[in-house]
Amino acid sequence: MTALVARAPLRRPGLTRMHLAAIAAASVAATLALFALTPFAGRAGFVVTAFGMFVVAQTWASVVVEGHRHAVDRLATTLLASAVGVALLPLVAVLAFTVAKGASAISLDFLTHSMKGVGPLDTNGGVYHAIVGTLQQVAIAAAIAIPLGVLTAIHLVEYGRGRRLATVVRFVVDVMTGIPSIVAGLFVFAFWVLALRKGFSGLAAALSLSILMLPVVVRSCEEMLKLVPDSLREASYALGVPRWRTIVSVVLPAASSGITTGVMLAVARVTGETAPLLLTTFGFDAIKNDPFHGPQSAIPLYVFDQAQRPSDAAAARAWAAALTLIVIVLALYAAARLATRRNRLVRS
Amino acid sequence: MATVALQRRGRRRRPDAVFRNVSGGTAVLVLALVVAIAVFLVAKALPAFRTAGVGFFMERSWFPDASTPAFGVAALVWGTVMSSVLALAIAVPVAIGSALFVTELAPRRVGTWLGYALDLLAAVPSVVYGLWGVYFLVPRMIPMQRWLGTHLDVVPLFHNPDALYGRSIFAASVVLAIMILPITAAILREVFQQVPTADREAALALGATRWESIRMAVLPFSRSGVVGAVMLGLGRALGETIAIALVLAASYDVTLNVLKPGGNTIAANIALKFGESGALGREALIASGLVLFAITLVVNVAARGVVARSSRRRAGA
Repeated sequence: MTALVARAPLRRPGLTRMHLAAIAAASVAATLALFALTPFAGRAGFVVTAFGMFVVAQTWASVVVEGHRHAVDRLATTLLASAVGVALLPLVAVLAFTVAKGASAISLDFLTHSMKGVGPLDTNGGVYHAIVGTLQQVAIAAAIAIPLGVLTAIHLVEYGRGRRLATVVRFVVDVMTGIPSIVAGLFVFAFWVLALRKGFSGLAAALSLSILMLPVVVRSCEEMLKLVPDSLREASYALGVPRWRTIVSVVLPAASSGITTGVMLAVARVTGETAPLLLTTFGFDAIKNDPFHGPQSAIPLYVFDQAQRPSDAAAARAWAAALTLIVIVLALYAAARLATRRNRLVRS
Repeated sequence: MATVALQRRGRRRRPDAVFRNVSGGTAVLVLALVVAIAVFLVAKALPAFRTAGVGFFMERSWFPDASTPAFGVAALVWGTVMSSVLALAIAVPVAIGSALFVTELAPRRVGTWLGYALDLLAAVPSVVYGLWGVYFLVPRMIPMQRWLGTHLDVVPLFHNPDALYGRSIFAASVVLAIMILPITAAILREVFQQVPTADREAALALGATRWESIRMAVLPFSRSGVVGAVMLGLGRALGETIAIALVLAASYDVTLNVLKPGGNTIAANIALKFGESGALGREALIASGLVLFAITLVVNVAARGVVARSSRRRAGA
């Protein structure tokens, strides 16, 4: 009796990692042979051919050893994993290429000088005026969008549950998330620059950026406030604390790190925006510390402008500025992620 | 919040009312902002609509500042739709695949980090994608485009009789696909995470393989969520500006041939023409922006509707 049970295996035979490694090695070897003997060439072609051979060989081996269903499972797993690879490939390519091109063009001089008096073929000139512009514009945009966004989210969560206004506002905020950035720029141009006759300025750029920030701040803040447990609010009410004090001293502090993350992601997103700036601050070559009167520059705008000029020096400046921009934006992202780590609401 | 705050009457209620009204006021302000966007775009676009008439939707060329102005969005709308749909065709399979891998197959820690990495794709500013597209991607895509043009000539999309290759709608669509991938994948991850664990486990307990549990439990449950995510990606693609403006060699063609260098989109045209435009030219650009606003509004509202309906059904189930 026992012998019978022992003879019938509970698990069907399967491919082990050793088998898979052997199949992979065989695929690479076969591709090498193919590329040596036939006119096939190219690094990308090699990778694609070797991967294709591996997929076919693995599926065939799996059909033979494990059966049809497990073969399909293996095939699907491999293809889904390769989708992640395909998705991350451009990230690596963009970052590596920008760092390579930018690092050779960036210098202390570049970061501390403006484009004032730089001729079309000159190789000097820098990004300082654009850094000043970007910092001021993003700061003003944040100063407008963050209070508005947080207050709106407070209304949605603390006062608006189940009310008509809250439902409508939530829908409109969702729709606002989808407004193309260039349309936000066009609106500020039509309203601020044309209708109110205020002209191009860093402030106009900040207004368009705040339109883009607002829905992101509202949504992320709303999600965080919803995570604050009602028991905290009830404990506060039980102590006789009025509702507004409860929100300010209990609910907001509890959600603060999550709100910080959302706000920083919103700031990072608008820092790289180019399209609305084109229509609102227009661009300027000299250093200007006053964002309220007249055109100003900004880093994304500077990259776009330099990229369109037909000279190698301008292209080098575009890459150096692109590297500057990426470093600033990624630093904001990293800071936002660090804020998430301290978030006790999400972890629990 | 089911709790009703019990409070003393009288003076102490006043700050509460103030706070409530201020926060309510900002909410109304957000509504007013969206209305204002529509009103001011329409108001400033009217002169251009009056000049061009119905021709605004038929005309291909863009000469609003000529002595006899001729301008219209036909070629621009065509280019916008073509590039966005092509970008979706490239991005959606990759987005679905990577979102499924991250949520269903990868170990949890690995999945979290892969999710961060995918989100980083969205952090790269669009002007950097544009620059990268011009200097890195377009030159490397020429052999591929030539191959498509010579071997898949029978497909109308790849029928390129001039045999010139470079900054085409196809190249721009690849850049666009990379840019809409992170947002689509992020929404898809949320959609797949909402599938109840019990559904998956039931499939696995019946002896299904991982893929069978995805095919029979996860995908049917999240079908409308996937449609919504794809449409939100489409909304993004329609409005993308700077990367397209840099990658495309702007022209005003209406052709199925996506390999031909040239083409233009509404958003890219605004970015490229704004600096050199006169008064009517700018109003014409605002009018074209209004068309873009209307298209994205329809797509986004429809997408939100689909997503909302699917989550309502889920709540009722």
